Amino acid sequence: MLLDFSPAEWQAIALSIKVSFVATLFSLPLALTAAYALARWDFFGKQFLNGLVHLPLVLPPVVTGYLLLVVFGTRGPVGAFLQDWGLVFAFRWTGAALAAAIMAFPLMVRAIRLSLEAVDPKLEQAGATLGASPVWIFLTITLPLSVPGILAGTVLGFAKALGEFGATITFVSAVPGQTQTVPSAIYALLQVPGQENAALRLVLVSVVLAMGALLLSEVLARRTMKRMTGV
Amino acid sequence: MSLSISIQHSFDGFALDVSFEVPKGLTVLYGRSGSGKSTIINAVSGLIRPDNAKISIDEQVLQDSGAGIFMPAYKRKLGYIFQDSRLFPHLTVTRNLDYGARAARRGIDTVQRERVIEMLGIGDLLDRRPLGLSGGEKQRVAIGRALLADPQLILADEPLASLDAARKAEILPYFERIRDETGIPIIYVSHSANEVARLATTVVALEGGKVLRKGPALDVLADPTTMPMGVGQVGAVLNVRIKAHHQDGLTELDASGDSYFLPHVKADIGTNLRVRLPASDVMLATTRPSGLSALNIVAGRVEAIQDTGASSAIVTVSTRAGAVLARVTRRSVSAMALDVGVPCFAIVKTVAIASDT
Repeated sequence: MLLDFSPAEWQAIALSIKVSFVATLFSLPLALTAAYALARWDFFGKQFLNGLVHLPLVLPPVVTGYLLLVVFGTRGPVGAFLQDWGLVFAFRWTGAALAAAIMAFPLMVRAIRLSLEAVDPKLEQAGATLGASPVWIFLTITLPLSVPGILAGTVLGFAKALGEFGATITFVSAVPGQTQTVPSAIYALLQVPGQENAALRLVLVSVVLAMGALLLSEVLARRTMKRMTGV
Repeated sequence: MSLSISIQHSFDGFALDVSFEVPKGLTVLYGRSGSGKSTIINAVSGLIRPDNAKISIDEQVLQDSGAGIFMPAYKRKLGYIFQDSRLFPHLTVTRNLDYGARAARRGIDTVQRERVIEMLGIGDLLDRRPLGLSGGEKQRVAIGRALLADPQLILADEPLASLDAARKAEILPYFERIRDETGIPIIYVSHSANEVARLATTVVALEGGKVLRKGPALDVLADPTTMPMGVGQVGAVLNVRIKAHHQDGLTELDASGDSYFLPHVKADIGTNLRVRLPASDVMLATTRPSGLSALNIVAGRVEAIQDTGASSAIVTVSTRAGAVLARVTRRSVSAMALDVGVPCFAIVKTVAIASDT
């Protein structure tokens, strides 16, 4: 049977979902902050921040992975520090999640920034004249009005995290059960003759997960839009 | 309540330099676009921070550049009615109305809310979203939202400019009611002489970032030297009283002894009104004309003649009810030998009801 997954394949699928979920969860608040800063504030070094955010999008993933290894590896400055606090990235699923989060980050920031910029500042001004503080305005006007974009960005980030390969394999290798996500499992299977069927199964899983995520984001965005404006 | 405004601000090659006090009632900032009127209310609201300003309501300082004081917009207790209503699209009408109270973590005063909803006639809209509302409905909700923010001052930036004539007529009475019933002072930006004639207690006429003239509405509008909107909009405003409804469908208005006739006016005998007589719709004659279809002919005396261009002039005729302005050619002025003190008759073609007083 084509869809008869082996335990190792299930393991890769479950791990991929866990890694992507955690990566997205932790990226979201940071992406929201970065997107808001880029969309609404003028500050010294804004272009630098913008470049930094987008760097993972344009760097070769292997370079990103290597830099992660240097910084977050057991001997890296941040990695060594976090290790003292019990958080280890090297060759662990947490490292895969970190790599996925960093690779997904620019996509999330871009989508969220666009939706924040689409919120009419005139509405925020109206909120201010009605006595709403900046935080209250953000929570009751800016954030609800950009929910469709934030959802789209989140799903896009999740899909990107699912597909992350280059940075992950460079940073944390492909340890089955720890860091071997679906893409690296497919890669490993393709290196061995006669495993085409197994590889094909995982390829199908990737396609289904990615399509599902995209459809979900469409549905959610449409529903929120409807709930918010009544059309 | 007294609002004192002094602003010096320059941007994009435009310099605003104004200083005036806003008395109670409705004060119209009157001028063409670019005269600085919107900049003034945005400075009062705190939405912009002018270079140099001193703005205070009674003892409360909103901005004092000299002392480095700038109170952010959300701390100023204002109600701002925008031209483009700016309702929150994701909130129902009720939530829009309650926004100010919720933002201030203040309990919702349901009695006050009921009164405002009833006054504005928006009871049927409460569960709807702004997107499905007509322009007039949106603006009524926006007025209600501003009123329910518990303001000590209401700012309105051309609130009727984006509405058609019918919707304007629908919204105007609400501003009269706010002016007369709430006692909250209102600063109202407009470039429409009709709105000024109808609503204003006080007019601040602005031109090129300077105050051209400030005073009671009737005085400013009857003064041909105050023409921030150009000669086309000059016209006298008179206080009149409904004297009689005649069989032939005409309503007779009494203006301190002069009679004016209008097609039927829906108001009781004895009601006080303001009427506006656009100067371009007033002709002059040195003898009482006969054989003329015009009904409204009043006697007076030339009080002043003001040239307004190469060929035209505005003649101020003092009548029993006050000054009536006529826009005539300079050729007519000399042909008729009009001069200060000369008796004459004003033939008024248009009498527009401006408001109840």
